[in-house]
Amino acid sequence: MTNALSKLLETNDWLMADGATGTNLFNMGLGAGDPPEFWNESEPDKIRALYRGAVDSGSDIFLTNSFGANASRLKLHNAQHRARELSRLSAELAREIADKAGRPVVVAGSVGPTGEIMEPVGTLSHALAVEMFHETAEGLKEGGADVLWLETISAPEEYRAAAEGFKLAGMPWCGTMSFDTAGRTMMGVTSSDMVQMVASIENAPLAFGANCGTGASDILRTVLGFVAQGTEMPIIAKGNAGIPKYHDGHIHYDGTPALMADYAVLARNCGARIIGGCCGTMPEHLRAMREALETRPKGERPTLEKIVEALGPFSSDNDGTGDDVAPKRERRGRRKS
Amino acid sequence: MSDEDEIILSELDDDELVQQMFDDLYDGLKEEIQESVNILLGRGWQPYEVLTKALVGGMTIVGKDFRDGILFVPEVLLAANAMKGGMAILKPLLAETGAPTIGKMVIGTVKGDIHDIGKNLVGMMMEGAGFEVVDLGINNPVDNYLDTAEKEGADIVGMSALLTTTMPYMKVVIDTMIERGIRDNYIVLVGGAPLNEEFGKAIGADAYCRDAAVAVETAKEHVQRKHNRSKAG
Repeated sequence: MTNALSKLLETNDWLMADGATGTNLFNMGLGAGDPPEFWNESEPDKIRALYRGAVDSGSDIFLTNSFGANASRLKLHNAQHRARELSRLSAELAREIADKAGRPVVVAGSVGPTGEIMEPVGTLSHALAVEMFHETAEGLKEGGADVLWLETISAPEEYRAAAEGFKLAGMPWCGTMSFDTAGRTMMGVTSSDMVQMVASIENAPLAFGANCGTGASDILRTVLGFVAQGTEMPIIAKGNAGIPKYHDGHIHYDGTPALMADYAVLARNCGARIIGGCCGTMPEHLRAMREALETRPKGERPTLEKIVEALGPFSSDNDGTGDDVAPKRERRGRRKS
Repeated sequence: MSDEDEIILSELDDDELVQQMFDDLYDGLKEEIQESVNILLGRGWQPYEVLTKALVGGMTIVGKDFRDGILFVPEVLLAANAMKGGMAILKPLLAETGAPTIGKMVIGTVKGDIHDIGKNLVGMMMEGAGFEVVDLGINNPVDNYLDTAEKEGADIVGMSALLTTTMPYMKVVIDTMIERGIRDNYIVLVGGAPLNEEFGKAIGADAYCRDAAVAVETAKEHVQRKHNRSKAG
């Protein structure tokens, strides 16, 4: 493997990824409802500032501003034909910042979900999904991304479609899902389901894991769920800086830099090798996480109780992986399937 | 039991058939649901009875198991799709017979918000529960909600937001309703990942709905109360 991420993983026990994209861009004046990807063209200095914020705070990996740069999401802004171009621009700006960092920094081309529900329950066909992911991947590749970084996925079908699209572009990749529904993804995937799925993908990712979701405690429970499956593949944890709270007409994430530092150290203890933040995670959080990861020694794997003690309660009693999962309704009769 | 015990729907008595429909909705079997709806109609059931006793009854079970984390979105969508198959048969008949409707909802994501998957799920679940749903799509300013709600004679206005930056706009919509003196004409339900009950109360919504299943239950409760009020008044 000659890509920049594999090289770093060979020589480092852990790597730090970046924090929020959206939260940072809103603070820079992005209007609600405006697609952030347009700024790759119209406000390149702000996108450079976003990237620099992560690099200067000690991130080894940062994601490009291309989360919604696929034909399906851009269609909402009548820009469905611009997926490849906007993806390329996001990666070009990132390449520029990474090459000036003075140390190896990985440009990870962010690929978000299409926002559609796939067949058979939804309307998006596998072939069309592959085509959309391929298009975004080609743009990120042209712009100089080191790896592709699939994130916030709920459906296994979509994860697989992305893997296929990335294969067509010949790019190495990582992929995380969002476990935001009682410890599962919106589509019901548990942490152990994801390990099985990832193991069955022909074009395997370099690393897999969880991002976003609901708060720091939950994502660590998910990481423990991955580890329990005995996977050898590097695990990614990119959790939100707490939970959004509403106060006097303003909304802020309640996770402090100190809490995110504890989260980062615990994530490593749980078994994650690539650790970062997601929504609400600002440069000050990243600096605290970096410092904690460098100065505090790796400890033993925490129990669920220890996680709750340090970071607060889970959003649900279980995450669908144990024996205490409620059973489905028993059918009275039979049916041909 | 083996495959040889294949169920013949038309041989079941009414009670058994309704129970069977609950199972078939749970498993998202659209053709079987359509067949059963036709059998019940053929036996002289009123369309409204088929809707409420069989279809809505079955979807209530699906909704509860979704709420309790036993079923997930894919299963629920298949169930809703089967339900819609049955509704397609009933809808023209319901209109003919002048049966009461369960309720009508206008739904959309608020201005500035383009994230629509949650809103779509609520819309599908509401349709699955027998509500009529008018989908405004994404990025809706105040007037889209209020003009459409008036034109359609809606009972419920549903607003969705995924972003912390867009959720305050829900208050703008509610405040405008108050200004125009029409707040009490509608049940206002709000939802979306960053919201919570406290927020729903703070902005003056009738309820915050944690997920699509809760939205359906809440909508049913509030519509029932609204009907009772209008009868009493």
